[in-house]
Amino acid sequence: MTENNTTDAALRLRHKRYASERRFNIYGIISIAVALGALCLLIGSMASKGWSAFQQTYIILEVELPRDDLAPQGKIDAETLRDVNYVSYLRKSLRTEIPGVKSRRDQRSLYKLLSSGATLGLQNLVLNDTKLIGQKIKFAAVASDDIDQLVKGNISAGKGGKVSKKQGDWVKKLTDAGKIEKRFNTNLFSNGDSREPELAGIWGATMGSLLTMFVTVLLSFPLGVAAAIYLEEFARKNRWTDLIEVNINNLAAVPSIVFGLLGLAVFLSFFGLPRSAPLVGGIVLALMTLPTIIIAGRAALGAVPPSIREAAIGMGASPMQVVLHHVLPLAFPGILTGTIIGAARALGETAPLLMIGMVAFIVDIPGSITDAATVLPVQIYLWADSPERAFVERTAAATLILLTFLILMNLVAVIMRKKFERRW
Amino acid sequence: MNMDNYIPATAKGAPAGMGIDPVATGEKNINMDGIEETTIKMSARNLDVFYGDKQALFGIDLDVPERSVTALIGPSGCGKSTFLRCLNRMNDTIDGCRVEGDIRIDQSDIYDRALDVVELRTRIGMVFQKPNPFPKSIYDNVAYGPKIHGLAQDREELDHIVTSSLEKAGLLKEVADRLESPGTGLSGGQQQRLCIARAIAVSPEVILMDEPCSALDPIATAHIEELIDELRENFTIVIVTHNMQQAARVSQQTAFFHLGILVECNSTGEIFTSPSDERTQGYITGRYG
Ligand SMILES: Nc1ncnc2c1ncn2[C@@H]1O[C@H](COP(=O)(O)OP(=O)(O)OP(=O)(O)O)[C@@H](O)[C@H]1O
Ligand SMILES: [Mg+2]
Repeated sequence: MTENNTTDAALRLRHKRYASERRFNIYGIISIAVALGALCLLIGSMASKGWSAFQQTYIILEVELPRDDLAPQGKIDAETLRDVNYVSYLRKSLRTEIPGVKSRRDQRSLYKLLSSGATLGLQNLVLNDTKLIGQKIKFAAVASDDIDQLVKGNISAGKGGKVSKKQGDWVKKLTDAGKIEKRFNTNLFSNGDSREPELAGIWGATMGSLLTMFVTVLLSFPLGVAAAIYLEEFARKNRWTDLIEVNINNLAAVPSIVFGLLGLAVFLSFFGLPRSAPLVGGIVLALMTLPTIIIAGRAALGAVPPSIREAAIGMGASPMQVVLHHVLPLAFPGILTGTIIGAARALGETAPLLMIGMVAFIVDIPGSITDAATVLPVQIYLWADSPERAFVERTAAATLILLTFLILMNLVAVIMRKKFERRW
Repeated sequence: MNMDNYIPATAKGAPAGMGIDPVATGEKNINMDGIEETTIKMSARNLDVFYGDKQALFGIDLDVPERSVTALIGPSGCGKSTFLRCLNRMNDTIDGCRVEGDIRIDQSDIYDRALDVVELRTRIGMVFQKPNPFPKSIYDNVAYGPKIHGLAQDREELDHIVTSSLEKAGLLKEVADRLESPGTGLSGGQQQRLCIARAIAVSPEVILMDEPCSALDPIATAHIEELIDELRENFTIVIVTHNMQQAARVSQQTAFFHLGILVECNSTGEIFTSPSDERTQGYITGRYG
């Protein structure tokens, strides 16, 4: 009888235990599903909005390149080729394509179908291939951003909008004639920023980001690892090291804009370093990343089993040899992961860079760490703030590209960890 | 060198170097009366050890004879490991651990400021309770010590050191065909013999072993006991063990610790047949501990 009772009680206890395990599993699955769902929603909305930015509308024109203008007396020289008024060729071609536009006003609005970048494109084409001179060529001219949006169906013509009724009709006519083409938007990947959305690209911001990251990692990785090793392996544990530890943890929680203010006050005002430069941005972000690397590094070093240290010390290894030969190789995957996560955070950081002038409008592609530059997240911020409709999709596209970089970095972190991981 | 000349001194009070050449004294096996006797390899005098405020060892006086096995026995927590770790200054690495008193190897003070602790640890090797091979290949495990101390001129010499150390540790036959596989992939007993091979690769003078067989099965234990018996010909060995039979089998001298005090130290035969202290008697007959 009593035996039966205990079995019943044990059975009930077991059922309860199973039930609570099941419940816990379900909670876990729900929370992961919520997190994944949010991520998918973010990427999905960005992708659906930004996808169209990877295409750009072009107007295919038959352009005459008169030999008399481009090569007077049969001579071809670069200076003439640069000075020639290419716009007139494009306009002439457009007028033949759409005949009967007589008034000056109408003509001007007809010319507005083309982007100002089309002229530059034609010039480059001719400069690169002078054999074209004297021929009638097919040229894909970049359409202006409003026409681009019209073709993509984001806006409609007339009703006091950006595109007039007449322009809409012309575009329709061109489309029917097969003169409108959507092509892969190379400008987006090869250009710097521009006031014209159809010419604006992220290459300048990408270079800025790369240069800034270069400075950040170059500074924060060695400093962070050295600090972590010193604190974890060499420093005596006393009140001072406790104080330092608490302050490093505090530093990791300081809002990033504060680092920007520090950069402004110290590096720009006091040391007189150049404004808007990846050098200063990199230093500021390195200061911000440093605590993350130190904390991750210490955790990784602390996780190395003490028996390995004892074995090495017992073999007569010096403290430096213990760390370099045994502890650091084992802790390296963890340190690397911490560094990449810190760098990824720095890559997405905007606020501190606003303070040091990396928010300026910069058209040129930066070539060194002292050139004026902006970075991807700031570029996104700038575009998101622009009134043109065409910048909306470009903002989303730039966000997608930034996300791609972040995902790549995390992938690298995972691969590195797998590669360097050693079991003991 | 007569032991009467030997004045106990505290580690901090002793003048640097004491003027005794360790190599010269280490060779002498003959005392003033011309009678051959065992040389004292290491000795502790009036040794106190503290962990913070807590005292773990109280005035230990112990001599370790050369080329023999000294066993340290006693109930758990009595300070055997603490004493062992003083002998190669492993306690330096523990925060808050303080050592007072005098420990000498070949008559020279190991807590001397002028002494290089790294060099000391190459003279006094250590084998730990839990096998702790480096997460490297078997070859690299054994080669590590010779490499960092520059004991081998070229790869050939290093190969020789590695194989002869593995041979001495009785492991060579089992691993000869897989020297490049990880040391952590061996069985527990093999790992422990690998650790012994690693320790003897730098030809230390003294080997300290802290319960080297506690994680092993009887066969692996027998292996290692045999090994210890062979190593005795070339090395001075100090071993901590909880196994009375093991102490009786492998050691020539046994020291019994109790609550941080060295109760009794005598030849192993004496301790196990006619202990002079009743606490020793109680412990070895299994009444407590
Ligand atoms: N790192 C440490 N910090 C503080 N106290 C310690 C430390 N190591 C040992 N002790 C204390 O010193 C005393 C002796 O410990 P020790 O490790 O030398 O014992 P032991 O004889 O080796 O025991 P066992 O046989 O269980 O290994 C114990 O009371 C222990 O609590
Ligand atoms: Mg112990």
